[in-house]
Amino acid sequence: MLRPHPEEPGEKSMSNTVIDRAARATPDAMAQKVKGLSDRAIAWIFVAPTILILLAINIFPLIWTIYLSFTDFRVNRPNNAIEWVGLRNYERILGDGDIWMTMQATAHFLIWTIICQVIIGFTLAYLINKKFRGNDLWTTIIVFPMMLSPAVVGNFWTFLYEPQIGLFNYVIGFLTGADPSSFSMIGEVSLAPWSIVIVDTWMWTPFVMLICLAGLRSIPDTIYEAAECDRASKWRQFWTITIPMILPFLMLAVLFRGIENFKMFDLVVQLTGGGPGNTTTLTSIDLKREAFEKWRTGFSSAYAVILFVTVFGLASIYVKALNKVKQR
Amino acid sequence: MSYSVTQPSARQKWIAGILVIGYALITMLPLLWIVATGFKSSVDSIAYPPKVLFEPTVEGYVNVFTTQTRLSAELAAEPRDDLPWYEQLVRNKGNTIVGASRYSERFFNSVIIGFGSTFFAIILGTAAAYAFSRFKVPLKDDLLFFILSTRMMPPIAVAIPIFLMFRNLGLNDTHAGMILLYTAINLSLAVWLINGFIDEIPIEYEEAALIDGYTRFQAFYKVVLPQAATGIASTAIFCLIFSWNEYALAVLLTSGTAQTAPPFIPTIIGVGGQDWPAVAAGATIFLVPVMAFTILLRKHLLRGITFGAVRK
Repeated sequence: MLRPHPEEPGEKSMSNTVIDRAARATPDAMAQKVKGLSDRAIAWIFVAPTILILLAINIFPLIWTIYLSFTDFRVNRPNNAIEWVGLRNYERILGDGDIWMTMQATAHFLIWTIICQVIIGFTLAYLINKKFRGNDLWTTIIVFPMMLSPAVVGNFWTFLYEPQIGLFNYVIGFLTGADPSSFSMIGEVSLAPWSIVIVDTWMWTPFVMLICLAGLRSIPDTIYEAAECDRASKWRQFWTITIPMILPFLMLAVLFRGIENFKMFDLVVQLTGGGPGNTTTLTSIDLKREAFEKWRTGFSSAYAVILFVTVFGLASIYVKALNKVKQR
Repeated sequence: MSYSVTQPSARQKWIAGILVIGYALITMLPLLWIVATGFKSSVDSIAYPPKVLFEPTVEGYVNVFTTQTRLSAELAAEPRDDLPWYEQLVRNKGNTIVGASRYSERFFNSVIIGFGSTFFAIILGTAAAYAFSRFKVPLKDDLLFFILSTRMMPPIAVAIPIFLMFRNLGLNDTHAGMILLYTAINLSLAVWLINGFIDEIPIEYEEAALIDGYTRFQAFYKVVLPQAATGIASTAIFCLIFSWNEYALAVLLTSGTAQTAPPFIPTIIGVGGQDWPAVAAGATIFLVPVMAFTILLRKHLLRGITFGAVRK
C-alpha cells in the first residue's frame, strides 16, 4: 500500500489539526457536524477514568503510606491514638542490622539471577538466531516457564528439591555421583540462596533470550557484509558489531529483571518461605512479615517508602545510562 | 544456494539446533514432571529413584476436587459394588469422599476475577490509549510515565494501604475488590501496549472517515477498533495471564470467598501428608490454559512482556 508520507511519531502534534483540515475541506454545515464534541472534551472523557482509577488504587495509597510512615499506627490496634513520630521509623530501619541482612540477600539474588540469565539468555538467542529448522517451535517451548504462575511453580519446585525423592536431587546425584539424600537445596544455609537463583533463572532466562533475539534480528546483515569485506575476523565482528549493537537490548532486559526481582515475593515465599534462618528473606518477604504478621504498620510503611525510593532512584539512574548507550 | 557471508553454515545450524533443543528439553522437564506427577499414585509420586514409567491413575484429580476422610476398618472391608468409579478409587485407599473440595470454587474465582479485571482494563485502557495516541493531551509524556511507574511499586508495599482502604470500604475478600485492584494494575499494561498498536495505524484512515462525515466516535469504533483488534486481543490475553498468576495481593487480601487459585494450590494437603499428585493435578489444570495462551500470543509475546518497549 502506498501512502504519501507516513507520519513520524514526532509529528503527532499534527493530529489535532485533523478536524480543522477536515473542516476546511467541507461545507460549513457539515464541518459543524464533524466537530460535535470538541477533541479536547473527547480526550478528557477517554483518559479520565484511567487516571481516576490509578489515582484511587495507586497514588492515594502511596500518599497514605507516606503519611503512615511518620506515625506509630498499628492495624491490629485501631483504637490506639495515632501518634506522630517524625523520622523515627526511618532511623530505626536504617539502623537495623537485620534489614541490611535482607538487603544483602536481595542483592545476592539480584546479581546472580541477572548474571545467569544474561549469559544463558544471550547464548540461547545467539544460537536461535542461526535460524536452524524449527527454531520458532523450540523458542515457544523455551518460553513456557516464564508465563506460568510463580507461586504455583515455586510450590512444585519444593517437591523437585526434596532430598531423596526429588527429581532435581536425583539428577544432580546421578551426574555427580553424590548421594541424592545427602543435600537439601532449600534446607541448608549454604545452598538455599542458590536454590532460588536456580528456579528464577529457569523461569526468566527466556525473557532475556527473547529480548536478545529481537536485538540480534535488528542488526542489518549489511554491517556484517561490510566487515567481511574489510576482512574482520568473526571474533572481531562479534565484539565490535554484535555486542555494541545488542547492548541497549541487554540493558533493557537487565532493567526489567532488576525491577521484577527487587520486588520478588511469590516464587521465593513459596519455595523457601525466607528460610532457613533468614538466608533467603528478601526485602519483600521481610516487609510482609513486618506489615502482616507483626502488624507494625507505621514501621513497615516507612520500609515500603524506602524500597520504593530505592527502586525508583536506581531505575532512573539506570534509564539515563541506557539512553546514553542508545544514542551512541 | 549461493554462498553468503552472513548465512550460518549447515554445520553451525546443526550445532545450534542441538544445543537449543537440549536446553528446551531440560527446561521442560519440571513442567513435564508436574503433568506426570498428576497421574501418579501417591506411592509412585514419592518413590526412589523417581519413577519415569508408572501406571497412570486419576487419583490425584479425584483428590484435588474432593475432601475425604478415613473409613473405619469394618466399613472399608465391606464390599460395595453400587458406588461410582471415583468413590471406588478412593475406597481402595481406605478413604471415603465426604464432599467437594474448594478447588473448583477457587478456580472459578480465578476465572471471574481474571476475566472481569481484563474486561475493564481493556475498555478503559483502549479509550485512554486512543486519546493518548490521537489527541494532544496536556502533559502526555508525564501521564504515560506516571501510568508506567505505578508498576514499580513492590506489591507488598501497596498492599498495606490497600488493605486498610478495602477494609474501610468493605471490599476485603470480595470479587469486586479484587477486580478493581487487578483492573488498576492491568491498566498500565493495557494503556502502554494499546497505545503502541494504535500508533501504528495510519492516521489517514480516520481522516478519510471524518471527511466522509463520520463523527469522532464513529471513526473510532468503525475504523480504529477493527484495525487494532489483534493488538487489543493480545493485550487482553496478557492482562488475563497477569490476573491469573497474581499471588502476593491475592494471598494478603483474600482468604475465603474471593480467594483465587494461586494462594490455594500450595495449601492442598491430602489425608495424611502432602499429597503431591493432588497438588500436581491442581497445578496442571491451572497451568495448561496459560500454555495454550502462550502459543496464541507468540507473535506479540515480546511486546507484551516489555510493555511495548521492544517491538521486533
